Formats: sequence, C-alpha cells, structure tokens
Amino acid sequence: MSILINKDTKVIVQGITGRDGAFHSNKMKAYGTNIVGGISPGKGGSEVDGIPVFNTVEEAVNATGANASVIFVPAPFAGDAILEASYAGVELVICITEGVPVKDMIKVTPILKQNGTKLIGANCPGLITVDECLIGILPGMIFKKGNIGLISRSGTLTYEVVNMLSESGLGQTTCVGIGGDSVSGLYFRDLLEMYENDPETKAVVVIGEIGGDAEEQAAQYIKDHMKKPVVAFIAGQSAPPGKRMGHAGAIISSGSGTAEEKIKAFAAAGVPVAKEPGDIPGLLKQKLGIA
Amino acid sequence: MKIHEYQARKLFSKYGIPVPEGEVCRSVDEVKKKISDEDKLRVVKAQVHVGGRGKAGGVKLAKTKAEAIERAEEILGMNIKGLTVEKVLIAEAVDIEKEFYVGLINDRNTKSVVLMASAEGGVEIEEVARVSPEKIIKMPIDPTMGLMDWQARKIALQLFSEPSQVRQAAAILVKLYQLYVDTDCSLAEINPLVLTPDKKVMALDGKMNFDDNALFRQHKILDMREVNEDEAKEIEATAKGLSYIKLEGNIGCMVNGAGLAMATMDMIKLYGGDPDNFLDIGGSSNAKKVVDAMNILLSDKNVEAVMINIFGGITRCDDVARGLVTALDEIKTDIPIVIRLSGTNAKEGLEIIKDYGLPTVSTMSEAAKKAIELSKK
Repeated sequence: MSILINKDTKVIVQGITGRDGAFHSNKMKAYGTNIVGGISPGKGGSEVDGIPVFNTVEEAVNATGANASVIFVPAPFAGDAILEASYAGVELVICITEGVPVKDMIKVTPILKQNGTKLIGANCPGLITVDECLIGILPGMIFKKGNIGLISRSGTLTYEVVNMLSESGLGQTTCVGIGGDSVSGLYFRDLLEMYENDPETKAVVVIGEIGGDAEEQAAQYIKDHMKKPVVAFIAGQSAPPGKRMGHAGAIISSGSGTAEEKIKAFAAAGVPVAKEPGDIPGLLKQKLGIA
Repeated sequence: MKIHEYQARKLFSKYGIPVPEGEVCRSVDEVKKKISDEDKLRVVKAQVHVGGRGKAGGVKLAKTKAEAIERAEEILGMNIKGLTVEKVLIAEAVDIEKEFYVGLINDRNTKSVVLMASAEGGVEIEEVARVSPEKIIKMPIDPTMGLMDWQARKIALQLFSEPSQVRQAAAILVKLYQLYVDTDCSLAEINPLVLTPDKKVMALDGKMNFDDNALFRQHKILDMREVNEDEAKEIEATAKGLSYIKLEGNIGCMVNGAGLAMATMDMIKLYGGDPDNFLDIGGSSNAKKVVDAMNILLSDKNVEAVMINIFGGITRCDDVARGLVTALDEIKTDIPIVIRLSGTNAKEGLEIIKDYGLPTVSTMSEAAKKAIELSKK
C-alpha cells in the first residue's frame, strides 16, 4: 500500500518534447515509472525515448488508459494544461511548472472540484512511492522503501530530510512535494488523511514553511483525527517580518502564518517540531519507540 | 510588484472609482507649476513603498499653495524607514464623515479572491483584525462568476444604510474587483474608503500589489514599476534566474531551493550567526547562475563569510563547483567561503574545487557553524 500512486499508475507527460519534459520523462522511466505517453500539440504520432506522443490529453487517455498526468509546459500555458487534463478525466495531475500566475490557479480550482481531479502543485517537485512510481523531478536514488510518509512545501529541503531519514534506516512509503505557491492543489490536510488511512505508513513527517495557515490546519486535523505519530519542521523561522503583503496579508492570516504560531499549533496537537532538519530522524524514532 | 499610491489612484480613476483630485510632483518647481494658485486645503503625501508614512511625518496638510510648497520641500528627500522620498502626491483634502476599509486579496485557504470590508477604516486596520476579527467582513469570490452584484450589495449594506450610499459603495466594489482581475493583482486596498459630508463615497488612499508571475502579460503594469536600490538588486537577480532578498546580517548564503535556503538561514541564526541574505539559485544546473550569485554576494560590503549549501537532486554538484571555480577565478576575494556539497555528483564537485583550498564540510549544520566561526575572524 501507499498513497496516490503505485506500480499500476499509468502516467502521461504534458510537454514531453520540451527540454525538461524530455529529460525527466527519461529519468522517470529509468526509475520504473509506467510512462505510457506524452502530449505535444502538433507532434502527435512521433515518439520520445520510445514513448508515444499525442496531440491532446484526451487522445492519450483514450489510447493508453492513463490515470495520472505530469505537466512540464511553460508557466503561461500551465493553467490550461491542468484544465485539459482535468476535462480528459485524468484523476491525478501533477504540475511541476514554476511561476504560474495565481489568477490561473484560482480559475482552475472550481473546475478540479467539479471534475473530481486531484492536483499536486504547481511549482512542486512531484511525488514518489518508493521502488514503484516516481512522478516529477525528485532524485530517485535518495529514497529507501520503508514506513514513513512525508509531505513538504519545499523541494531540496525535502531531499535533505529524505536523505537523513534513509541514512538513519527510516525508509519511506510515499513522499509528496505539494509546492510552495500560495494557491495550489492538495494541502497537508488532504494528504494527512490519506496517510492515516494507509496501513503501510506508520508515521508522517510534515515540512512546512512560514506564510499561510496550511500548517495550522494540518495541526488541527492531526489533533482531531490522527492516531499515527507526526513530526514537523518549519522553514523560515529566522525570516524577518515585514516581507509580507501589507494590511490585507496580515488580516487574512490574522492569528497564523508566523513560525512561532505554527510551532504553537503543532505543539498543541502533540507534534514535536524539529529545531533543525537533522533532529527529525531522532524525533521520529522516539515517537515510534525505536532505539 | 508594488506601485505607489498615486499610480493606484490613476488605475482607480480609469475604472471609475472616485478619488479626490491630485498631482504627483518630483520637485518643488513641479509643485509650483502643477498645482493651482487657489488657496484650499490640500494634503501632501510622500510616495514610498512602506506603511506608516503618516506617523513618520510623510503626510502633511497645507491650507494655501505657499504652504503646500513648503510641506513638499520638507517631505521630498525625507528618509522613511530607509527609503528616500522622491515623489509627493498633492491631493485635494476631503472632509470625512466616516472611514471604511475595503480590500481584495488572493486567499490560500479558499483558493479564491476574498473581498474584505470593515466599518473600522483608517490606519489601524491590522489592529482591528488582531483584536476584533469579527469586525472584518470576508467574502470569497467565485472565479467563474466574478463579484456578483448581490454580493457587492450585501457587503455595502453592512457598511452603509442610505440607499444612495449603498449603491455608490457596491459600484466601487464591483469596479475594484474588475481592476483586480484585469491586472493580475495580488492585493488591492482602499483604505480609507470615505463618506464625505455631502454623502459622496470615494477612495482616499489606495494600495495595489501585483503577481510577479503574471507580469509577462501585464505590460502596462510593468511600465509603472519604480524601484529603490535594494529592490533593484533583487530584480536584477530575478532576471538572472536567482531569487534574492537582502537582509541585515553578515553571512552570505547561496543555496539551491527556497525551502533549503530558508532552513539554512534558520540554522545560521540557531547557532548564533546572522544571515546577510536569502539567495536561491533554483533547481537547474547552470554554472552561469552560480557566477552571478557569487558576484552578488562578494560585492556586498556587509558579507564577512559565505556559506554555500547545495543538495544535489536535479542540480548537479559538479556543475555548481564548475561555476564556483569560474567565479573565484574572475572575482579575487579575501572573504572566507565554506562549501557543503551533497547529493548528485557531490564527489565530482569536491574534486573540482579541491585545489582552491576552501573549507568543505559534509552537513549543513557543520557548514553553518564553520561560516559563523570564519565571519568572526
């Protein structure tokens, strides 16, 4: 078991003929991900690394039965790419593209809900179910099979933490980079629920950042619904205030958003917050009763 | 991206949101030329990208033209929170019967634009939000429908009771939302929105921020950009594919990835040091970016030590090392540099820099400790 993806997940790549799309399709395939097709309007009928290319997502889905799509198209077109995948009935869409306008993300949100599409990102490294399926740009070699789930708003910080976990013998089930943009797809809360219901996952690491209140909501969910242990880290504890968005920014996040408030919320839910990333494996072992 | 109040007022006017007459001036001469000889009450306002202008003495009243010139002379060149005032807005002073707050913002929670309004307008709105959040009305807006008339009316009815005032306020809300969406705003505020004694509803001060990710399609907004020195450095960095924010400390940081960059700053603080900056070179392996990043750090006179923290995933450590070596050949420096390379091709990377005699460590906590130690020498 795992969450969201496994060895049976059939993946298509939107923007497969682009530089990043082609490079990472190759990497994902090498990891063992079942890449069944790619999309590049006007290049349908061709192949990239032996992967068939289609003009539209709909054609690709009809021909391959794909149920997940990863998006590498440039930012101005990423919103539309998400919509195309959603209307084609793809269940899980992962948008790697960085720099997508917030307005475009706000526009796609009600459509995703209407079509029942799950979105991860944008501006995220993707996700991995260890030894089964890697979707995105994560470096596969640092992951080790095990029982820890991990959710993160960051990319490289995730790799740093995963590496520490693997080195201390704490392997992972599924690790998800949800992305750092202000408006994005699945949040901590949604994923915590999936981990709580996954029999293979024994504990979860949450790597948050300052800003917004996804961490506070996660803490509330953990407090109310979770039996599995959770350990957290918050990046940006030293960031100066004032780098924020005027009055309205403070108003909307009134009573949340700072590292202090997030740590407090986690503490109230019985979630230890690591002072530095290096403390995470130790805290997990304590929680799991591993010497 | 931020714009000044006078620029926000121009956009308001264009969308039919009433604002008092005003002129923006860069010099006293311009004040003399631009404003009418008529002696009437005017307000002279510093145009800088910070809050709290009033308290800092950047907003003053003038009863006559002569007084307006004097006030402008005092305010132009003034330093407000580290920013020099280069422009003043001289606007007609309006009598106020009541002040309100109206704002639009992108909200992470509802994943929509949220309209906020309060009968407690004026400068202390943040305080209102903290102490009595129930006094702020919030309404999420469906992106497919936009701000519907009934929604605007519902909000306006909570601020005003006279039908004509409700109509005026609702119309302003609808126009503000249209402006917000058309220009890819990330924040738009009217604070205060005022009711005058002759029962007119108008915007007295405005603030607008724009989504940097959308500037590629907002050429007219981009043309309004005016920046100070620190911002110029940050924008220069963005153009080179780097994400840079200048801070107050003395340890320069170069990291790949925003989260790791923040965690690096945190760690420096945790061990008693002070980061000079946030600098994320991004995810790709590009030696040029490393050279550009090193140029920014080593040209900063506050930097007394540099900490390089790279966790190679997609970024390859040997590419970073190549960039670093190029940078060190180009820029001769005495500033000590600590390097931590881990992950993809770390061994190859360390091999490339080994002849440069730079201290290398294997974890980020060691790197932070070493950088702090070197910065104190």
